[in-house]
Parts: sequence; C-alpha cells; structure tokens
Amino acid sequence: MIEAKNLTKRYGDKVAVQDLSFTVQPGRVTGFLGPNGAGKSTTMRLLLGLDRPDGGDATIAGRHYPDLPRPLSVVGALLEARAVHTGRSAYNHLLCLAQTQGIGPARVQEVIDLVGLREVARKRAGGFSLGMGQRLGIAAALLGDPSVLILDEPVNGLDPEGILWIRNLMKYLAAEGRTVFVSSHLMNEMAVTAEHLIVIGRGRLIADCSTEEFIERSAEQQVVVRSPDAERLAAVLDEEGGKTTVDGDGALLVSNLEAPRIGELAAAGGFVLHELTPRRGSLEEAFMELTRDSVEYGTASAPHAEGDPR
Amino acid sequence: MTTVSSVTERPAVPADHRPGFHHLLRSEWTKIRSVRSTVWSLILLVVLDLGFTALFVGIMVGQWDKASPQDHANAIADPTSAILGSGFFLSQLTVCVLGVMVIASEYSTGMIRASLLAVPRRVPMLAAKAAVFGLLILVLGTAVSFVSFFIGAPMLHSKAPVSLGDPGVLRAVIGGGLYLAVLGLFAMAIGGIVRHTAAGITGVIGFVLVLQPLVQLLPGSIGKHVHAYLPSEAGHLIAQAHQGKDDLLTPWQGFGVFCVWTAVLLVIAAVVLKRRDA
Repeated sequence: MIEAKNLTKRYGDKVAVQDLSFTVQPGRVTGFLGPNGAGKSTTMRLLLGLDRPDGGDATIAGRHYPDLPRPLSVVGALLEARAVHTGRSAYNHLLCLAQTQGIGPARVQEVIDLVGLREVARKRAGGFSLGMGQRLGIAAALLGDPSVLILDEPVNGLDPEGILWIRNLMKYLAAEGRTVFVSSHLMNEMAVTAEHLIVIGRGRLIADCSTEEFIERSAEQQVVVRSPDAERLAAVLDEEGGKTTVDGDGALLVSNLEAPRIGELAAAGGFVLHELTPRRGSLEEAFMELTRDSVEYGTASAPHAEGDPR
Repeated sequence: MTTVSSVTERPAVPADHRPGFHHLLRSEWTKIRSVRSTVWSLILLVVLDLGFTALFVGIMVGQWDKASPQDHANAIADPTSAILGSGFFLSQLTVCVLGVMVIASEYSTGMIRASLLAVPRRVPMLAAKAAVFGLLILVLGTAVSFVSFFIGAPMLHSKAPVSLGDPGVLRAVIGGGLYLAVLGLFAMAIGGIVRHTAAGITGVIGFVLVLQPLVQLLPGSIGKHVHAYLPSEAGHLIAQAHQGKDDLLTPWQGFGVFCVWTAVLLVIAAVVLKRRDA
C-alpha cells in the first residue's frame, strides 16, 4: 500500500505538488492521471525518496522509502526519465543494481527473459530504442520481485504491441495481489488499464474514485441539433433549461436536455430538424474539461480535438 | 506469460536486513568495470605514464651537457622525483578525468536515480564508490609507479644513479601510487559536488594545473606558503625521496595536507548528496 499525506513540494516559487493526500490499494491497477506538468512525476519522486517534500509525508508499506532495508524487494519503480548509464550493457546495468540487494545473476537473467531483451542483453543500453529502454526499466523494476510497483508513463514510446504487453503485465501483477500505481497523461489509456483513478491538476487532487465512476461523472452528454431556424430553436431550448452553443458549422450543441425532449420541443414549436444526434463526449474531452482550469501551459484557445466517441 | 516472481532463487539476504557493505562494493566494481570509457582511461593512464617517463628522462639524459648546474643539482639530489614526476606529468590528468567521470556520468545519464533507488540512504553508495575506485587506482598507480621507476633509473644511471634501496626511494615509489589514488578521490569528490562531467573536469584541472602558477605570482612568503598547501602541490611530495631544500613540507606532511583536502571535499560531496534532490 502507498500512502501520501498532505504532500507539498515547491521548486523555488513554483508549487509542484500541494497538500496532496491519497492511498493506493493493493490488488488493482491504480491510474495516476493529470495533464503534463500536473505534478505526477514529482509526486512519484517524493514517494521514492528521490526528492524530499517541503511538507507532508509519503510511505510505502508503512515505511519511508529510504528506511526500507532492501528497497528493490519491496518497491519496483520505472521513472519517466531514463535512469541507465548509456555505456553499460543491459545485463551489467541490472547486475549492478541486483548486487546492491544481494540478488544473484540468475534473477537478472530471469527478468531479462521476462521483458524479452535476451537478444540485446549484452549490448550497450545507449543504443536502445525508446521501447527497449522502457522494457529495460521494467526489468529493473521487477528485479526484486516487489509487492509495490510505481510506473511513470510506462507506455511512452512503445509501439502498439508494446503497449498491449505492458497493459497485460500491469493487470497480471495487480491480479497477483501487488499494488500497481501507474501514471499517464492519456485518459483513454487509463480507461482500459486502471480500475481506480487518482486525478490531479496543478499539484492538487481533483478526483479519487473508480474509473467507472469517473467516466460516468465526467463524460457529459451532448446532443447535436441542426435546424434551418437554429437561432429561434436555441432560444426555446434555453428557456426549457438547456444549454446551447453554436458549433463552427452552424449546428447547435445542446447539453442538459435529452434528445427525445428536444425532439418534442421542436415538434411543439413547428421547427424543422435536419439532425438530432445524442453524442457522448469522449473520455479525453471529459478529462480535458475537468482539468482545464488546472492545465499548466494551456494554449489561449485550444481547438477541441475530435476525440473518438465512446 | 512467464511468471514474474523469482522461480530460481530467493535473495540470500532476508528482507528485513540491510545488505552488507560488501554487496555495495561488488555493485560499484561491476559499475566501474562494465563501462568502456573506464577501461580506456586506465589503459591511457599506463601508456602515458610509462611513455612520458621514457621520453622525459631520455631528453634529460640527452640534453645533460646543455642543462644548467641548477638542473644538474636537482636531478642528482632526488632522481626518484625526476623519474616519477615525468610519468605523472600527463597521466595524472587521466586520473582526474576518470575520477570526475565515475560519479558525474551517473548524473549525466540519469543512472544516479537507479543507484539511489537501490541505495536510498545514499551515503553508503558514495562510500562504496570511493573505496572501489580508490583501491583500483592505488593498485594500478603503484604498479605503474614501480615500472616507471625501473624504466627511468637505468636510463639516468650514468648521470644520477639511484636504486630502490636508497633512503626514501621505496617510500617515494609507493607514494606515487598513493598520490594517484588520493588524486582520484579528490577528483571524484569534485565530480560529486558539481554533478557535471565537463564542469567537474574543468574544476579539477583548474585546481591541479592552473591555480599553481597563479599562486606563485603572489608576493613574498604568502605565495610560497599558499603554494605549498595547494592540494596537488602538497600531495606529490610523497613521490619524492626526501624533502627538497625549497619545500616547506616533508613528504608525509605534504601527503597529509592533500588527504585533508580530499577528506573535506568528500564530506561536502556526501552532505550535498544526502541533501539535494536527485
């Protein structure tokens, strides 16, 4: 189990993480979601004792990370930035880490096989592709057969096959009863991997709930309405409690009213309708909506990307 | 899917016991031997040291008749220092570079994060690194120092005879290894403090090569005293058979001064390693 209590971290004047509290339970994949710059990596570094917090406390299995006698056998971590000497082979990289814990070379070979790096294990890690580098990072995380895994953006740079591999691996590890805490800035990725979500923006907690609940709660229902008399129709719908906005090509986007009700209102007012389509906002949009106020480096008027509807 | 848990073995150390220091030593040894640049630097150290011993001693002998009486007196007074000094002249720079790289490359590549996740108390990692690297340079440096002496002494024999049995000579030759080992740790400490390879190397070379002539420009006895206590200036006295007539410090005093410099820098490196975010 991972526990963060009122974690706060500042870099100079900039607050990276503010008063952040959450717990991560074993036996399921917990997603750690937030836009770039929200403080995910910082939080993970605080959990792992790489940075020291300005306030609050972080424990893993009830202890501060630096107090773990053999940390790699309790916690396996994959950091966002690469943590490998480029001049060393994958095998020797893993070996020198294993030796600090009294883990032997047989286990090193085992994790190399597990992540599929056998062919390149004796090659310099500096020549590895992004995907191979991620696999090496996962191998290092699994060295000590840890009960807690902390993975920062593990699918970054992976090809579709690699993404699938890591998804399955995370689910498998969680099913074995381990604690799996994985960060991502991609909502869609988390929706298919994580059972539980911890969402942050600008270093603050936004949501801590099951993935299902998060989607339910945040995916706003909208109805696309086209009518030659859109302006007057909009006024009628607004009166009935709807919220309408005009889309770029003249369609009305109506929220707060269900499609059948809009149809009834249109019929009652004698409006011609060319389109009446209920649309569920994409997860990605919902996530952006939720974290809009907390995006660190927002563009002035970001055009809403057309996400795949779910 | 292959099973994730270890099927072949359980780690020898129980989970609630901190692994012993010898585990960290083995890890640091693996780190040092598994990077090609280390191996090349060590080869360069040997080649430069022995090559320049032969070259400079050869020039000294060849130009003997043209040299000033002062130079003759210096060489005859302490031939060991002349021989070993010729070798160190450039090879000590490879030790400086290697010392900085051993730690700064962990920062430049990001390896330091993996290292600190494995040894989160941090300071034991630095101690193990210092022990392994210091010992490596001590062994290699002493060997090179002996070979350098046995190359230089016969060449110089007709002009300034010296043998290993002469007073202070054996200590000076072993001192050559001691000097290089402590110089390596001195460079490593600076590398750990500045955490940047290029800046670290510049800093160390500044200390070793640039500061020395600058300080000599200081007027009168202040300059002389400051100069005598500079790290590499004091440190290389251990590679002299006996105290020169212009030296303020004896060989062991000089070496002591160098060790104090190095110890202070290592403590600073340990404190900043412990305190700073990685």
